[in-house]
Amino acid sequence: MELDIPEELEKDIDERITHYPVSKRSAVLPVLHSLQEHFGHITAEAVDWTASKLGIQPIQVLEVVTFYPGFRQKAPGKYHIRVCRTLSCAMAGSYELMESICERAKIDRSAVTHHDPIAVSEDGKFSIEFAECLASCGTGPVCLIGDDFHEAVTDVDALLERYE
Amino acid sequence: MSEEPESADNPEMPDQANDSEAPDQPVNSDTPEQPVEAESTEQSAESELSDRETEPEESEVRPVSEPTYLSGREPHPMERRIIFRNVDREDWDPSLDRYVEDGGYEQLKAAIGMEPGDITGAVKAAGLRGRGGAGFPTGVKWGFIPPHNEKPVYLICNADESEPGTFKDRYIIHQDPHQLLEGMIISCLAVDAHLAYIYIREEFPEGAKTLEKAIEEAKEKGFLGKDILGSGFDLEIYVHRGAGAYICGEETGLIESLEGKRPYPRIKPPYFPAAMGLYLCPTIVNNVETLCHVKHILAMGAEEWSKIGTPNNTGTRILCVSGDVRQPGYYEVEVGKVTMGQLINDMCGGLRDGRELKAVIPGGSSAKVLRADETFTIGRGDEAREISIWDIPMDFDSLAACGSMAGSGGVIVIDDSRPISWVLNNINAFYAHESCGQCTPCREGSLWMKKITDRVVAGNASPSDIDTLEGVARNIDGRTICAFGEACAWPTESFVEKFRDELIGDTDPEMEDDLLNPEALTAAAHLQ
Repeated sequence: MELDIPEELEKDIDERITHYPVSKRSAVLPVLHSLQEHFGHITAEAVDWTASKLGIQPIQVLEVVTFYPGFRQKAPGKYHIRVCRTLSCAMAGSYELMESICERAKIDRSAVTHHDPIAVSEDGKFSIEFAECLASCGTGPVCLIGDDFHEAVTDVDALLERYE
Repeated sequence: MSEEPESADNPEMPDQANDSEAPDQPVNSDTPEQPVEAESTEQSAESELSDRETEPEESEVRPVSEPTYLSGREPHPMERRIIFRNVDREDWDPSLDRYVEDGGYEQLKAAIGMEPGDITGAVKAAGLRGRGGAGFPTGVKWGFIPPHNEKPVYLICNADESEPGTFKDRYIIHQDPHQLLEGMIISCLAVDAHLAYIYIREEFPEGAKTLEKAIEEAKEKGFLGKDILGSGFDLEIYVHRGAGAYICGEETGLIESLEGKRPYPRIKPPYFPAAMGLYLCPTIVNNVETLCHVKHILAMGAEEWSKIGTPNNTGTRILCVSGDVRQPGYYEVEVGKVTMGQLINDMCGGLRDGRELKAVIPGGSSAKVLRADETFTIGRGDEAREISIWDIPMDFDSLAACGSMAGSGGVIVIDDSRPISWVLNNINAFYAHESCGQCTPCREGSLWMKKITDRVVAGNASPSDIDTLEGVARNIDGRTICAFGEACAWPTESFVEKFRDELIGDTDPEMEDDLLNPEALTAAAHLQ
């Protein structure tokens, strides 16, 4: 399957590559971010496209995709939720938050593993995973929904309603 | 955290930052004022108060006005806001116009007329120590660039804030991006860097946009880009987003990541960034808060700035308090002028009703835990004294003397409602997830530690598991390329040392028989 990259996106990617005048390879993270933002996740085609764009081998892109928790190789829901799992948020109730979001959004996390941390709701609207420390320990529990940051989350209904 | 010079600023781990947008911080509002115990603190708190009282409350004329803060988010009277001066400020926005109106970029103008060596000299004289975790002297780090270097020099701002418990850089990035840029530009003048990056964690998407906008604004006004303010000095700063890996807070891991690779930390020596960093050129990596301080050192003069705080622990620093206190949040204080007791009881409103302090992790989750009923000896020679946890001054040297570290400033308070096994297991899960996997002791050991504490929490552990747990930790510590090894081992080492009885209490002696099979014994023999 060929990647269909809109002209605007490619222009933006080309501009970002200029931020690394010493080595184009340095642009691998920004290029992958742009592709993931557009397509939702990183496909094998996206890996090949990135490699050829930057003049490196596909394996040099793939090793990055598989290392960083921020890159996904499977399609998330329409809204992707990341709930902070780490100590201060856990003390403030992040495990309970995870549970109630899953209940409310009908997400089954029973098949989640280290290598496949994302669970998607039945209707495909939401996906969810635990994230490690989101650096807002004073206002836990916190989560990211897409790029929106939510802190001191107590009312899950109100939280998810904004994404109906 | 390492003590080696190299690791300076965040040798430790990572300084991880926080992100976010402007939060609703419950923070420092109306905390009741209470009598202060330590004498020195009392003085500082008082003088701080009186300073504030004499200042005009309102300012019709805006330039360099004394700030007022959003209702409910006023700084605590014991705070001294320098870096966080504009955080939660009324009538404040992150635009360049607002920043300039408030006197912003004046220090850059002054710095342009200075010799680069004089800027570094001022940072050294001020005694600024890195705020990322290691507390290494910033000016000294800058001085490690080889003297007759002919390669390009790069500067990287470490905005990968992700040390659990730390959430200070988030507010600077989102609310006061130009303060960071001004500090960075001045620092680039000092080290002669013409290309700089802000490595920001991916989980701060808004922060990355805010910084990119700020960079654009600064370029339009000539504070950045070609021929800065007519000085002939060129500098480009770019924002580089990470992708969710804690190890990128370790400076050589960060550099590898910025080169487009897996962030496997480099071995030091020879790869000290100041000599062989990004693209094997001299590279300075500093934390967000550290770079911001540079601007204020020039503004106040090194001598004046160095009077803030305590000797060898100068300046202010932002303490981030989370966990079991009534008012968690960020508090910028003079280093060493506030004790743990004042921080928890006076500034954070104390513990919740009916709860007692059990433990404190004083400098991010990698710092060794302090037990509430321990006594500590600080000071040397004739000045040595024994103190309780409440009287520990919150500075680099005192926390080191107590066997832990000031680290990244993230203070996690744990009360008596928390099972220690649960706390340690949460921390171990973090490190098991974040180990980069390059060194065997850490890759395997961090996972083993998590598996053992998983068993303890589930009630399936045997008493001897606790010894195994400790053995695993001690076999990581000191045997890895980077300081992550210590960062993941120290929590387990210290929790087992200080809460051994409680942990053993959570185990089941009947499980012992299950574990004592020949294979397990053979494996265990290799660990000893």
